[in-house]
Amino acid sequence: MSVAAIDRPPALPRGWPRQRILGYALVCLWIAFLAGIAAYLILAWNGELFAKYAPGYVSGLGITLLLVAISIVLGAILSVPIAYARMSKNRVLSGLAYAYVYFFRGTPLLAQTFLIYYGVGSFRPQLEMVGLWGFFREAFNCAIFAFSLNTAAYQAEILRGAIQSVPRGQWEGAASLGLHKLQTMWKVILPQALIVALRPYGNEIILMIKGSAIVAIITVYDLMGITKLTYSRTFDFQSYVWAAIIYLIIVEILRHAVEWIERRITIHLHR
Amino acid sequence: MQSVWTLLSWGPEGWLDDIAYGVFITVSLAAATLPVGLVIGFLVALAKQSDEPSLRLAGNIYTTIFRGLPELLTLFIIFYGAQIGIQQVMRLYDPTAAVEVNAFVSGMIALGVVFSSYASEVFLSAFRAIPKGQYEGGYSVGLSGWQTMRLVVLPQLIRIALPGLANLWLILLKDTALVSAIGLTDILRQAGVAARVTKHAFLFFGVAALIYLLLAIISSFGINAIERAVSRQQVQR
Repeated sequence: MSVAAIDRPPALPRGWPRQRILGYALVCLWIAFLAGIAAYLILAWNGELFAKYAPGYVSGLGITLLLVAISIVLGAILSVPIAYARMSKNRVLSGLAYAYVYFFRGTPLLAQTFLIYYGVGSFRPQLEMVGLWGFFREAFNCAIFAFSLNTAAYQAEILRGAIQSVPRGQWEGAASLGLHKLQTMWKVILPQALIVALRPYGNEIILMIKGSAIVAIITVYDLMGITKLTYSRTFDFQSYVWAAIIYLIIVEILRHAVEWIERRITIHLHR
Repeated sequence: MQSVWTLLSWGPEGWLDDIAYGVFITVSLAAATLPVGLVIGFLVALAKQSDEPSLRLAGNIYTTIFRGLPELLTLFIIFYGAQIGIQQVMRLYDPTAAVEVNAFVSGMIALGVVFSSYASEVFLSAFRAIPKGQYEGGYSVGLSGWQTMRLVVLPQLIRIALPGLANLWLILLKDTALVSAIGLTDILRQAGVAARVTKHAFLFFGVAALIYLLLAIISSFGINAIERAVSRQQVQR
């Protein structure tokens, strides 16, 4: 095949077609909007307020990241048995895992968090008996509990999808080489599955960071909670704008990091 | 101590009628958001697949911003931001004006914006799945650009985009729970009121979660029916 056979893309039309006018108008609108926000933040700048509330934002960001990190790790641990049960040939086991996943994916995270945070009060005597009441009295712990159960369901589906995307021949090839099931999983299947799973995992982390904003409603002072608190004290709208900027920066960093890692680990697949 | 069945009955004693009203609000909010989100999402996808770089840039900024913000924050920004903005404008005419922004409309705008930014990605990948020959074929039989879009591209686009859009509908249904935070009496809000009054928090939030689950199950039946209807068209081609 010769290179010359490939046509060059047609040159863009010159002048001012309708699309270009529309495009420039929209970009100008965005520029005006973003400049407006920047101008607003500069005009509304209040050094006193900033000095008073900026440390809160930093600690709130820390709480958000801590909450997400713990939930993601606990969820990852919990997702392994769920994914295993979901793929098992035992009808009861896979049915139970399916019901778990269906419940946590089919109901809002906010409802689950409320169910756990407000609902544990109904089981206070039983919890006091086993000594877990102190744990569930803290809103932060309840949030971690709810988020871990929630993300475990999503991660189990990601894991299952990734493992099942590896062709059966890989299992058979490993078996014919005399590899043990666990060895096959660890050395053959997982490395291939994780490449598939990387992007969904990245999306799940981003969804958790965004979803974690709801803990502000159950009085955890994460980034969103601090923002609400600042707004209710100062009635200064810039508190929300700052939070939006911080969330956007985190999400963009994560998204680009995932893309970078994906490029790195699939180098052997590009020719 | 009232029994569980009294609490969940219809009428002044029970809370079922209040929760049913919450279901009505949730479903109508989601149903009102869907067309708005679909239309905006489609337009943004059109911009993102255009040949014109400036249009693509404008579309990408939209998606980046509204996919990156937490839904709850978007909701608060639109709810309080609109309130403050409209109030500022009103003050120019009437210094004593007090504005109350409708929570339903704010919720609709916020959820619609978030939905459309995800929907635009679904539409975009569907656009990319349609071969260029379809446009060229439309052109060669003398269809105008708009006719090609309406008669040739859209029917295929909908078929390809349907699974992704169905997924987004289920996410939208769950996201409506957030509007309880700005005071709209949806399922979760009503369950919360019931829980506070009766002290049966686990019961009422459990019921609320099950109602969301039921809505998701009903939706997936509806989605299956639509998918069957659409794929039947494909067979007749």
